[in-house]
Amino acid sequence: MLNVTHIRSDFPIFSDKPNLVYLDSTATSLKPRVVIEKLREYYEKYSANVFRGIYGISEKATEEYEETRQIVADFINAKSPDEVIFTRNTTESLNLLAYSLGQQIIEKNDEVVTTIEEHHSNFVPWQQLAAENGAVFKIIDITTDGNLNLGKNSSLEGIVTKKTKILTLTYISNVLGNINPIKEIARQAKKINPKIVVIVDAAQAVPHIKVDVQDLGCDFIAFSAHKMLGPTGLGVLWGRYDLLESMLPFNFGGEMIESVEADKTLFKSPPYKFEAGTPHIAGVIALKESIHYLEKLGWENVEAHEKELTNYALRKMAYELGKKVKVLGPSYPNHKGIIAFTFEPYHPHDIAQIFSDENICIRAGHHCAMPVHTRLGVNASCRMSFYIYNDKTDIDKAILALKQVEKVLG
Amino acid sequence: MSIYQDKILDHYRNPRNFGRIKNADKTAEVFNHVCGDRIDMDIVIKEGGVEEIRFEAKGCAISRASASLLTEYAKHKKIDELKKLDKAFIINLLEIDLGPNRIKCALLPLEALKKLIINGQ
Ligand SMILES: Cc1ncc(COP(=O)(O)O)c(C=O)c1O
Repeated sequence: MLNVTHIRSDFPIFSDKPNLVYLDSTATSLKPRVVIEKLREYYEKYSANVFRGIYGISEKATEEYEETRQIVADFINAKSPDEVIFTRNTTESLNLLAYSLGQQIIEKNDEVVTTIEEHHSNFVPWQQLAAENGAVFKIIDITTDGNLNLGKNSSLEGIVTKKTKILTLTYISNVLGNINPIKEIARQAKKINPKIVVIVDAAQAVPHIKVDVQDLGCDFIAFSAHKMLGPTGLGVLWGRYDLLESMLPFNFGGEMIESVEADKTLFKSPPYKFEAGTPHIAGVIALKESIHYLEKLGWENVEAHEKELTNYALRKMAYELGKKVKVLGPSYPNHKGIIAFTFEPYHPHDIAQIFSDENICIRAGHHCAMPVHTRLGVNASCRMSFYIYNDKTDIDKAILALKQVEKVLG
Repeated sequence: MSIYQDKILDHYRNPRNFGRIKNADKTAEVFNHVCGDRIDMDIVIKEGGVEEIRFEAKGCAISRASASLLTEYAKHKKIDELKKLDKAFIINLLEIDLGPNRIKCALLPLEALKKLIINGQ
């Protein structure tokens, strides 16, 4: 297990609220001091715009900004920093793709394939894209044990066809907590249609497991800084360079043009083509500190820690509350540190409220994933999720809170 | 202070006016899609006043308690008077402080009532 006492001392929020039990890192993570200080450093010491000034502090800001791009590229093992685009969040990264790539390649009767367990941000843009262009929107279902139903021998046969131009899916579901075999899925999909574009929503993966884009064999991944100890308002889109080059710009404006004349404009090459306007400079500069922090802890340790917490929570909930608590998603072992559950007859909002009265933060609702809730026949669920600053006492407190729910509302 | 005060819990556990009216003058259903709450409300109106009002709710304790309290209040009141009810009235009726997210649950029954008494809604 990680040394949680030590880790918590790196997160200022725990000095402010020593009794905070934060079990909603799937929504957003807490921020370590090094990240907050780096944001401050930019604003206090070189708060100039990037790429524009021929003066010291602008050059410093630009250097720091571009250094993060290189660090992100190394972090996900991209071939080049030019494949790393800074956006506002995962949602924007995916919408950028639906527009800049989707509108260009999707035609009538083509297929766009996604899954039932997507966050709305990787569902709605594709549903709309397909509808606008007369394409077929296909949805991969889940099996009764809560994993993706990938067809016979996970071959994607009958799901992905030669007409499928885009396959887009999540790496780790933010509700079911299952981890999808992306490498195998990408390989199978490309076997059926070598020209298919495979997009991965890695919002829940990048903060929790080692992601190697070259090893995965996909074409794009999207993730958010704020879920991986970084600042809010910043996302990343990684894409294969040749595809990025072929895509339309998303926004037009400053920073993304080579030259503008009265009747035509020449755009810069990626990544700048997709970074119109003044970006979240402070955020980008601070993101490198979250990456350093995670790498210093070590992926093996982070994964082992979350696994231990998840298994402890699943065991203990089953033991203390029996069948009253129903966990959504697969059982051990394909369950990452995200536990969505129902506790009938209590409504998730009431449960979360009583948790809140005990200083415990959990999520209640459909977690921006209505399709999977509908599929499972539940209106809403509660969700607790774990990260590096959680320990077993947090889970013990959550279980006491569940018993408190019975006491208050029972 | 917890929002699960005795008054709320009482109306959650033993909701007043719970159930449907067979020959209602009007029926309303309202949803809060964010949390999957649903309220069905029926009304019988006589001489500009509420003769009978009942509801069925699927949802959290707050929306249910709020529906119970609101229907209890509305019974035998004049329609014109009920048209004036607003958010402040509900907060006062429940006697608890709700954040921006939970207030939606509390206001759902009022939405149903308004549908029943305001023409064209
Ligand atoms: C799997 C998944 N995809 C996408 C998102 C959207 O992330 P953001 O709100 O940062 O755009 C989330 C965040 O909730 C998520 O969990």
